[in-house]
Amino acid sequence: MFYMLKGDRGGQALLLLLSIAVVLVPVLNLVVPEGHALHVSTFTVTLLGKYLAFALLAVAVDLVWGYMGILSLGHGAFFALGGYAMGMYLMLQIGDRGVYGNPDLPDFMVFLNWQEVPWFWQGFDNFWFAMIMVALVPGLLAFVFGALAFRSRVTGVYLSIMTQALTYALMLAFFRNEMGFGGNNGLTDFKDILGFSLQSDSTRVALFIASAAALALGYLACRAIVVSRLGKVVVAIRDTEDRVRFIGYRVDHIKLAIFTFSAVLAGIAGALYVPQVGIINPGEFSPLRSIELVVWVAIGGRATLYGAVLGAFIVNYSKTYLTGAAPEVWLFALGALFVLVTLYLPNGLAGLSKKKEAAA
Amino acid sequence: MLSFVTKNRFLPVWLLGLCLLPALASATPPVGSDAFAQAVERLQVKSYKEREAAVAALISSQDERVKPVLEAMLNARLFYTKKDKITVIGIKTKDGFSITGVLDQKSLGNASKSQLKKIKVNNKLRRILRAGIAALTLSDPAPEVRLSAVKQMYGKLGNAGIQILTTHFETETDSKVREEIQTLLHIHDLSSDDRNTVLKAVAALSKSLHPEVRNKLELLKDSTDQEISAASGDALKHIQEQLAFYAKVKTAFFGLSLGSVLVLAAIGLAITFGVMGVINMAHGELIMLGAYTTYVIQQLMPQYIGMSLLVAIPAAFLVSGAVGILIERLVIRHLYGRPLETLLATFGISLILQQTVRTIFSPLNRSVETPQWMSGFLEINPALSLTYNRLYIILFCLLVFAVLFLVIKKTSLGLSVRAVSQNRAMARAMGIRASRVDALTFGLGSGIAGIAGVALSQITNVGPNMGQDYIIDSFMVVVFGGVGNLWGTLIGGFSLGIANKFMEPWAGAVLAKILVLVFIILFIQKRPRGLFPQKGRVN
Amino acid sequence: MKTKFMHMLGGVLFCLLLLPVQVYAKGDTIKIGVLHSLSGTMAISETTLKDTMLMLIEQQNKKGGLLGKKLEAVVVDPASDWPLFAEKTRELIAQEKVDAIFGCWTSVSRKSVLPVVEELNGLLFYPVQYEGEESSRNVFYTGAAPNQQAIPAVDYLMNEIEVKRWVLAGTDYVYPRTTNKILKSYLIAKGVDEKDIMINYTPFGHSDWQNIVADIKKFGSAGKKTAVVSTINGDANVPFYKELGNQGVSSEDIPVIAFSVGEEELSGMDTKPLVGHLAAWNYFMSVENKQNEEFINTWHDFIKDKKRTTNDPMEAHVIGFNMWVKAVEKAGTTDVDKVIDAMVGIEVPNLTGGTAKMLKNHHLTKPVLIGEIQEDGQFEVVWQTDAEVPGDAWSDYLEGSKDLVSDWTAPINCGNYNLKQKKCLAAK
Repeated sequence: MFYMLKGDRGGQALLLLLSIAVVLVPVLNLVVPEGHALHVSTFTVTLLGKYLAFALLAVAVDLVWGYMGILSLGHGAFFALGGYAMGMYLMLQIGDRGVYGNPDLPDFMVFLNWQEVPWFWQGFDNFWFAMIMVALVPGLLAFVFGALAFRSRVTGVYLSIMTQALTYALMLAFFRNEMGFGGNNGLTDFKDILGFSLQSDSTRVALFIASAAALALGYLACRAIVVSRLGKVVVAIRDTEDRVRFIGYRVDHIKLAIFTFSAVLAGIAGALYVPQVGIINPGEFSPLRSIELVVWVAIGGRATLYGAVLGAFIVNYSKTYLTGAAPEVWLFALGALFVLVTLYLPNGLAGLSKKKEAAA
Repeated sequence: MLSFVTKNRFLPVWLLGLCLLPALASATPPVGSDAFAQAVERLQVKSYKEREAAVAALISSQDERVKPVLEAMLNARLFYTKKDKITVIGIKTKDGFSITGVLDQKSLGNASKSQLKKIKVNNKLRRILRAGIAALTLSDPAPEVRLSAVKQMYGKLGNAGIQILTTHFETETDSKVREEIQTLLHIHDLSSDDRNTVLKAVAALSKSLHPEVRNKLELLKDSTDQEISAASGDALKHIQEQLAFYAKVKTAFFGLSLGSVLVLAAIGLAITFGVMGVINMAHGELIMLGAYTTYVIQQLMPQYIGMSLLVAIPAAFLVSGAVGILIERLVIRHLYGRPLETLLATFGISLILQQTVRTIFSPLNRSVETPQWMSGFLEINPALSLTYNRLYIILFCLLVFAVLFLVIKKTSLGLSVRAVSQNRAMARAMGIRASRVDALTFGLGSGIAGIAGVALSQITNVGPNMGQDYIIDSFMVVVFGGVGNLWGTLIGGFSLGIANKFMEPWAGAVLAKILVLVFIILFIQKRPRGLFPQKGRVN
Repeated sequence: MKTKFMHMLGGVLFCLLLLPVQVYAKGDTIKIGVLHSLSGTMAISETTLKDTMLMLIEQQNKKGGLLGKKLEAVVVDPASDWPLFAEKTRELIAQEKVDAIFGCWTSVSRKSVLPVVEELNGLLFYPVQYEGEESSRNVFYTGAAPNQQAIPAVDYLMNEIEVKRWVLAGTDYVYPRTTNKILKSYLIAKGVDEKDIMINYTPFGHSDWQNIVADIKKFGSAGKKTAVVSTINGDANVPFYKELGNQGVSSEDIPVIAFSVGEEELSGMDTKPLVGHLAAWNYFMSVENKQNEEFINTWHDFIKDKKRTTNDPMEAHVIGFNMWVKAVEKAGTTDVDKVIDAMVGIEVPNLTGGTAKMLKNHHLTKPVLIGEIQEDGQFEVVWQTDAEVPGDAWSDYLEGSKDLVSDWTAPINCGNYNLKQKKCLAAK
């Protein structure tokens, strides 16, 4: 069944870990009483859930960067758009529990003196509609952007900088209060999802499981692409695009398909991220964010997929740890990590094990 | 504030003083030093309103000691001693103030800060003081001083002030000052009851772009007198046309100035990224280092703020250049041929540089002073004035560009740089030490970034995050202009700046910027190598 | 080769395991969370507040701690990253088990933290002037509400300076938007024509002010006294004031009154061209009295820099901390529910010579001071309210919030109680 994992030790380990975690974490959180040494706190569950969403995002980036050679500095935008779609659904679930008690309008719209929910918010009170949008909006953006860029053969550094311009423009746009997405404050103060309170432990565990499942599925899907014939062509495009074109492949179509799929994955990751951290705001569009997530992949190791997951976990864990333990030095540590990894571990941590394997 | 005295509760008081000023209404004999001494003592009161009255009394005392007192007060140098309540003028010294009594004008030695109490002024008092000083300055021998004194009196004239000006007008010899006074008097005539006077004034002012003229004409347009209404309507129309024209000129200037900032920020990157292909995410931080260098230089030579900026230019070049060379030697050297990875490594370096600066200088912004010669504006006419700092920055930008251009085109270093960037292997075969050239090129680009930092320190914050504000814009400019082409960066930067500024009035600042970004994205799809693609480059 | 691989796998597992095992025992110390950004864009303002808290805690420990226990500061860095604020709050309350958190600066960080503090029943002291329109049982707002800063400032300009034309310039986010909305309806209620009000929003970090300053200059040349009410935030202020100075807009012609520019911000500016521009706060470093002098000296000793300034949010932390200490002593415990109940009604001296009282709506009474910028980077008080002004969470000048009150004591016990409908909007 999991033919795509053949020979992918990292992927096997990842899926194994994920399935263990999916069983173990809920039990340790919900069954084992608080105070017991084995109890997993809700804080940790949420944190792990967040990392899983990031890991999915990293996998999406690795697919386009590691395998297709497109360094996207705008994947944060797709992530954020997915997040906003989810946030809009959650926002409309608040109903009349907002501070002004207005049953129809979210608080920030009351505050802007709006009389009704604008057209682009229509339908977001329906969970499934919102979920479709989670995939559709980032996918569509990636499709349009990619169609333009790949046809005119914008490549390499230029493409990276264009994706950066894209996310930067979106950030500026979402900062505007007139846009109708809550401006700088973004969307927050969510209450419940599908009728379940976001504050309850069981919902958090459920979100954790959903994130783990999404990561597993996303990973398998990417892996399936990579090992397929299509995947071979994709790698060929990365290595010598012109030759692939001369052979007769429609390079721009293939690139577009992969890029769009990756954006959809990023959107889904964003949708999982938002209910767990409880806020989505334009900061997610910040170009620095997108660079950061590229760095996760670089540190984990490109073109391995599981390396991306590893990188996402390690960087984010050290961020969580260092911002608590040694707040003054964490930027130094992070910066040094980036430099050292690019200098001495060009294939990331995953490359480390590969190299050793090869040597052995 | 228009000149109608009655509308303002406080104006009459000082105007009373103003019209009695000795230098101007020369006939009146001095009232004597008692009045002066009393007024000076009254300055020590707590309430601002009473102090306003005291200032008016001071002016009307017609004592020749008034002007220095007013000036000291305006510059927050007027104190009274806590012990004896003597009003003094204090000049700041190393550890306190050297004080001089106001009445006897004798030095009273030194006093510490705690022994003195400042005689406080607020905005309204400052306004009164300035007008008072201006009136006293009308007799100054230097025509420029008189001119600025007259200009100070715009909008602050009452009937009394008119008399002073009329009297002064007769003795005034300088044509510019006369012209200015004439305008002022005509503006005053606009609100006259006599319709002929009004008509004459309207005719005389029909070319004046002074905002007060416009305001008054707006009022007159609705006048019941047909002739006045028609005349002022015509004048107004003409003025408005003029203003619309100058508004366009002004916007163009704003655009050029924004463009020059963009070019300055990007031009270093045009070298490191454009010529060498290094995606230097730490470019913004190199700009920041230049700005901090300016700050440090100013700290080192606090007496010579004007000079400090000139010293800072080479210093910033050296500091940022040295850091650049260091980065190149330690990191980038190992990453040639992997452009996307330099992005990651330099991003890490940018984080480290930011945090370093934060650790050394604290996360707070640093204050970089603007030297005298860079503040203020060049007034071309009342509707168009160009700020000096922007003017200098535009010139500076062009200068930096020219120098850089010459270095690349005319020096042997420039030749090597171009050779290495065009064909590395061939260049090495010709005996060029490619790795040395790499280091120098990167140093050059970084040094230019440092110089940009000096200029930016004059218009914006100097803080650890300042680099990040410019990094994306810089990349946009370089890519838009065409990688590897200095002209492209120059023209790209200026056109983006101007486009931005012309869109701003109707789109707003944010939307204008978004539109520019979207435009660049679309433009690059059309011309993937920018405005001026580098020809014949081996990919 | 398989073993090597297992090593790596073990590494991953180890990392995962590290997360949940941080079980903290509640020992002999009382923990206080300090939640201020030490990196990123907000570090500029917030680092000082972190130092203030460390100083206050050190001082309290010198006095013998609290309830016989030592106080311990738990400092975390939310890095100006809003979701991270929520995460760190959860860490502080759930993992570190802190008894109170002093933190946040921006509105969005507070909004991000709010649901977490309420869910875990924590205690947050928020020290910055803000837009109001919020009242949480778990938050004490020690900064100014709009009626403690914006309204008196406008009153001053209207009555003392006789301003007739108003520019409301702000950064595009919730605090300026709310403040300007309140001010606009206040001005119109006072008979100002809508034509005489110009509202302008700019993005964060806006650096090119040429057009806007030119517009302000033009707006101000219409023959009526004009003033700018600035809610421009942080970094955008330096280029704004620089441009004002360069285009020759002086404080005598068009004064600017700012609500977000304090001593700390001025220390990073060239103040010469700013002399005479105004700011409205509840505290100025230049206020002369004993408590303030003592505070400044302690601060200078603590930070080991005689040149460092003090500012309004620092005073808010001082008041908030002293109140919390008093409330804990009164309640005899650090239990959050008991401390919240004990807080209301507590009075401590503020640093300007008056008294701050915690009100039922979790806001303070504060004096309002208007200061003019001096060349040395300090403010000189030119006007102040006769008595302390009680903070109002819900503005009386806004549709939708004028009927609301906040009262966290029995029997109402509600943050948004609608006086007309006589019910608590939150209780559903």
